[in-house]
Amino acid sequence: MIDPAAARRATQALPGIPRDAEGPVFREPWEAQAFAITLALHEQGLFTWNEWAATLGAEISRAQAMGDPDTGETYYRHWLNALEKLVAEKGLATAGALARCREAWRRACERTPHGQPITLRPEDFAGA
Amino acid sequence: MQLRVRALETVLTEKGYVDPAALDLLIETYETKIGPRNGARVVARAWVDADYRARLFKDATPAIAELGYAGRQGEHIVALENTPEVHNMVVCTLCSCYPWPVLGLPPVWYKSAPYRSRAVADPRGVLAEFGVTLPPETEIRVWDSTSEIRYLVVPMRPAGTEGWSEEKLAELVTRDSMIGTGLPKSPADLAK
Repeated sequence: MIDPAAARRATQALPGIPRDAEGPVFREPWEAQAFAITLALHEQGLFTWNEWAATLGAEISRAQAMGDPDTGETYYRHWLNALEKLVAEKGLATAGALARCREAWRRACERTPHGQPITLRPEDFAGA
Repeated sequence: MQLRVRALETVLTEKGYVDPAALDLLIETYETKIGPRNGARVVARAWVDADYRARLFKDATPAIAELGYAGRQGEHIVALENTPEVHNMVVCTLCSCYPWPVLGLPPVWYKSAPYRSRAVADPRGVLAEFGVTLPPETEIRVWDSTSEIRYLVVPMRPAGTEGWSEEKLAELVTRDSMIGTGLPKSPADLAK
């Protein structure tokens, strides 16, 4: 499993991450999920924190140049952009594969009645 | 955002780069940290302040915002009152259907299929697994959250807490007691 201490070290290694004394702070579940995925990939040595910080930093600079207020509200949006980018650069998952899977999840959400668990089925990928 | 993260997790899991169980374990360490303390303050205020309590049950969203807790997407929160006659319990498998501003991240079991199906079919059995036994005459109401309405259970104030400060009362309020799968701590639990 991933050690929470590693999560604390990670937050110290990354500039600007919303955090408190114990570690990172999340506003919504998807932010925690994106953080955990990044940490898991790093723990496996698939990229270094320097590489990650550079990718994230570039993403934040790009957003600022496009008028992002940079208040921390949007931090994990940049994080997710950076993660998708690095994952593609490292050949772990192509942008196309991610887009197809995203579309499949969207279909699965649409066909699943409220309150039922959402699971992916082969037909969700049809036509993608 | 949620779909993009789901897609990432699915593709990376298929390729063996990440293990969803390991991700859940990491996320679990943050569950009790941030959100539930907000909800606990709301509940404690409702225990000591009758006017606040009335406002909370009339329209919870602005009452919760009074304490400075507001969602970014304008989610509508409904407060459910536990009484000796009625015990409320909340379910939903979509993790978007959770009152984040007051409870933080949903626990992993809350999102699990067995919890969702069994909570509806056999709420008493599920409560027993959580270590909660209610008198047989207490009615259990199960509420299904939607993306528009999220529920916050306001548990009954524990006996033996007369004259306690709001801060001290808030320490008794657990996350599970605000989902309805637990009861608040007793003064004896706190002394342990």
